[in-house]
Amino acid sequence: MSDEALPRTGFMAQAFANRSFVAGFVITAFIAAVALLSFFWTPYDVTRLIVADRMQPPSAAHLLGTDQFGRDMLSMIMVGARNSIAVALVAVGIGMGVGVPLGCWAAARGGYIDDVLMRFNDIVFAFPALLSAIMITAIFGPGAVNAIIAIGIFNIPVFARVARAGALAIWPREFILAARAAGKGKGLITAQHILPNITNLLLVQGTIQFALGILAEAGLSYVGLGAQPPMPSWGRMLFDAQTRMIVAPYLAIIPGMAIVITVLGLNLIGDGLADTLDPKLRRRR
Amino acid sequence: MTAYLLKRAAAGLLTLVVASAVVFSVLEILPGDAARLMLGFNATEDAVQALRVQMGLDQGFLVRYFHWTGGLLSLDFGRSYTYSVPVIDLVAERAAVSLPLALISLALSTAIALPVGVFAAARRGRPADTLAMAASQFGVAVPNFWFALLLVYVFAVWLRLVPAGGFPGWSAGAWPALKALILPAIALALPQAAILARVTRSALLDVLGEDFIRTARAKGLPQRAVLWRHALRNAMLPVLTILGLQFAFLLAGTVIIENVFYLPGLGRLVFQAINQRDLIVVESVVMLLVATVIVVNLLVDVSYALVDPRLRTRT
Repeated sequence: MSDEALPRTGFMAQAFANRSFVAGFVITAFIAAVALLSFFWTPYDVTRLIVADRMQPPSAAHLLGTDQFGRDMLSMIMVGARNSIAVALVAVGIGMGVGVPLGCWAAARGGYIDDVLMRFNDIVFAFPALLSAIMITAIFGPGAVNAIIAIGIFNIPVFARVARAGALAIWPREFILAARAAGKGKGLITAQHILPNITNLLLVQGTIQFALGILAEAGLSYVGLGAQPPMPSWGRMLFDAQTRMIVAPYLAIIPGMAIVITVLGLNLIGDGLADTLDPKLRRRR
Repeated sequence: MTAYLLKRAAAGLLTLVVASAVVFSVLEILPGDAARLMLGFNATEDAVQALRVQMGLDQGFLVRYFHWTGGLLSLDFGRSYTYSVPVIDLVAERAAVSLPLALISLALSTAIALPVGVFAAARRGRPADTLAMAASQFGVAVPNFWFALLLVYVFAVWLRLVPAGGFPGWSAGAWPALKALILPAIALALPQAAILARVTRSALLDVLGEDFIRTARAKGLPQRAVLWRHALRNAMLPVLTILGLQFAFLLAGTVIIENVFYLPGLGRLVFQAINQRDLIVVESVVMLLVATVIVVNLLVDVSYALVDPRLRTRT
């Protein structure tokens, strides 16, 4: 039992000893706090357009300046964070919710079910994800909900693959054999023994997909297929900024920085978790 | 080896067939009648019906599916509703922008990533490694279209070295055309290079711990030879896998990047075609991209065997 996966509390305690993880955690917690704060308070109302204040560079009154309609950029970034996080998080939820059971099922059953599921995975992988997301949102109409579905669908095979690989490594172990000898069914074993042992693995993949989801949402919003005005979104802000870059470069720099910082934070968490999970990687540092 | 490749090729073929069915069915449920959209809402019902017959829209689902796939196989992609030209001509014209763009980005990303990855692996744990990995961590987080905007601002607006967007066409000469592709290629390549550099580094670190590397060092080979000739060759499998995936990503990434730079490529074509409900164009371009992805992945499988002789004897 010595090589048994560590208890979750131990795992998180170890993760907090990792520099990448701590840095990423601080950044991500900050962004999440800003997004939560935006529900209760923003410096200005993001739906109020004050044309007289349009395109003001950053100042004491508007810390990050104002956009072409006189909306406060800081308030827009705060509400935009909410949108980015919601889309990416729900998309990860869809991917996990469908992909993990599929992957576990394939690993438990093996045989032709495994073959069919994995072949199906390959097919989804063959579609350039972004292009397909563009097709999906174009067909069902642009908007945050369809963006979530489009990004979520492409998370499914990723989680299915990770769950299957993780589960396959656990199945031959002695304690699983003991559970089978005790007469437990495959479903019960998966729920009681396999899932707890692949949680950390899924957590790492979840952070990576979260980060990719933020980037994908920004891309979709940028081409006009994500969140629709007046809902502020980082990608849309970049699109609006594009034609005004010469007069107001900060309009393009600020939303981009917000995306980079958020994705960086999540990637650092993912790296830290992966290091904690795989001691071989840790020794390498 | 042959059996292995045949199996991969069969899987690729199956993927293509299923993909064609999926693409065709998904676009079937697209709301909006193509004939009605083309003629506008003032057209009479008779005129719309006549156009539906002319476009073959009145036929059954399966008839149209087989007609379409049959056409794909004989390189007859049909006619675009909006451009009124054969789709194959349209695709060829646009691919002349997207394909060079994707290839230049791929070359650029490899040219940056391999040396950085090898450099970082050779100096593992030292400041140079930390710096390179911090930079790559940053590179992975940068959205390529935002990076593109910044490049336009610095190199086109500020320094006026290259055009901010548009494409003069290859007929205007190779240099003006290439000049228009430089910024988009850099924007696409950099985030990919960051990923590739990280993969190269960790693959190398895996290999550097092995006995044959110790042997190579023990027999007095210089560090450079050990790294580039012995270690990198053995670390190529994961690197090649990522390269294959990246080509697909680069092709798809052109959809957004071409929009930033107003480049008349495949990505922009498919984006406009979706908005104009020019289904036949959307179907053809998506199928072409999927086919390219599958072929590239097959090539990656073949290259495994070239890089790793052990795989040649395995079936």
